[in-house]
Amino acid sequence: MKIENIEDLKKVREEAKKRALLREGQAEYKVTVYMGTCGIAAGARQVMSALLDEISKRGLNNVLVTQAGCIGLCDREPLVGVEKGEEKILYGDLTAEKIRQIVAAHLVNGQIVGDWVVHAERR
Amino acid sequence: MKELSLHLLDLVENSIRAKATHIILSIAENTTQDLLEIVVEDDGEGMDEWQLERVWDPFFSGQNKKVGMGIPLFAQVVEQCQGKVTISSQKGRGTRLRATMQRSHIDCPPLGNIPETLTLLVITHPEIRWEFAHLKDGQGWFFKSDEFFAQWETKNVYSLYTPLREWFQNRENNLGEGNHHENREYRRFEESEGRG
Repeated sequence: MKIENIEDLKKVREEAKKRALLREGQAEYKVTVYMGTCGIAAGARQVMSALLDEISKRGLNNVLVTQAGCIGLCDREPLVGVEKGEEKILYGDLTAEKIRQIVAAHLVNGQIVGDWVVHAERR
Repeated sequence: MKELSLHLLDLVENSIRAKATHIILSIAENTTQDLLEIVVEDDGEGMDEWQLERVWDPFFSGQNKKVGMGIPLFAQVVEQCQGKVTISSQKGRGTRLRATMQRSHIDCPPLGNIPETLTLLVITHPEIRWEFAHLKDGQGWFFKSDEFFAQWETKNVYSLYTPLREWFQNRENNLGEGNHHENREYRRFEESEGRG
């Protein structure tokens, strides 16, 4: 679609908004993959890819996946944060295999995988 | 980083952070002139001259942190391959980054897993309008996320992960094999551009 006037632009904006809403609709868990330069170099892309693959295979629709930049913990990358309400768990030193297990344990069964937790927060 | 596609992911991250709503990413290979060209264009916040001078400094960052390695790291790789990175930007209008390098240079990393990079970008940022192109000697494929989302009606964007990745994978495979099935589509794209 080519944007030629302000009406076209508005239409594109509305469509984009709709998609964003669909995505954020009824998400129970918010999963953030930290993909700064350090994260990407450490393998965050493979982690993100495995995460999306697992979510799509299991057909989970209570999860919102986002990405963020460096949070200054570069030596523990790849990092992934899992938020549910007030609770925030940060997993570190991940691999594609580990994230698949986290999806099964944490996102599906609600069990935090203690061994890989770098930081936990309950506000 | 081991692959150029990882650098791409990192570069596009800058555009996303600059609140871009429309991002164009193109890879063009020219085997006769032995050139590889990568262009990333966005309509984000842009940079002023002061910032633009400092993007090459690993200890400068536009964000609230002390280091910004993305562009210096990429520029180093490109320069090792007899290449050059140029960035032009206008505050409030957007930024354009262009890198050209010697395709067969011994230090040139492989393009790597392009389908994975592109799929992640589209699935994690469906609100952005994406345009991708990968051409080899003038032939190749184009992708527009508007058109893709118009084809697939779904409530859960993550369910599109597999079809989208396969789509990119097929196009990349055809390109690698010098398979010119894509010509028809390419021409259609040109026609529609002309009409548009």
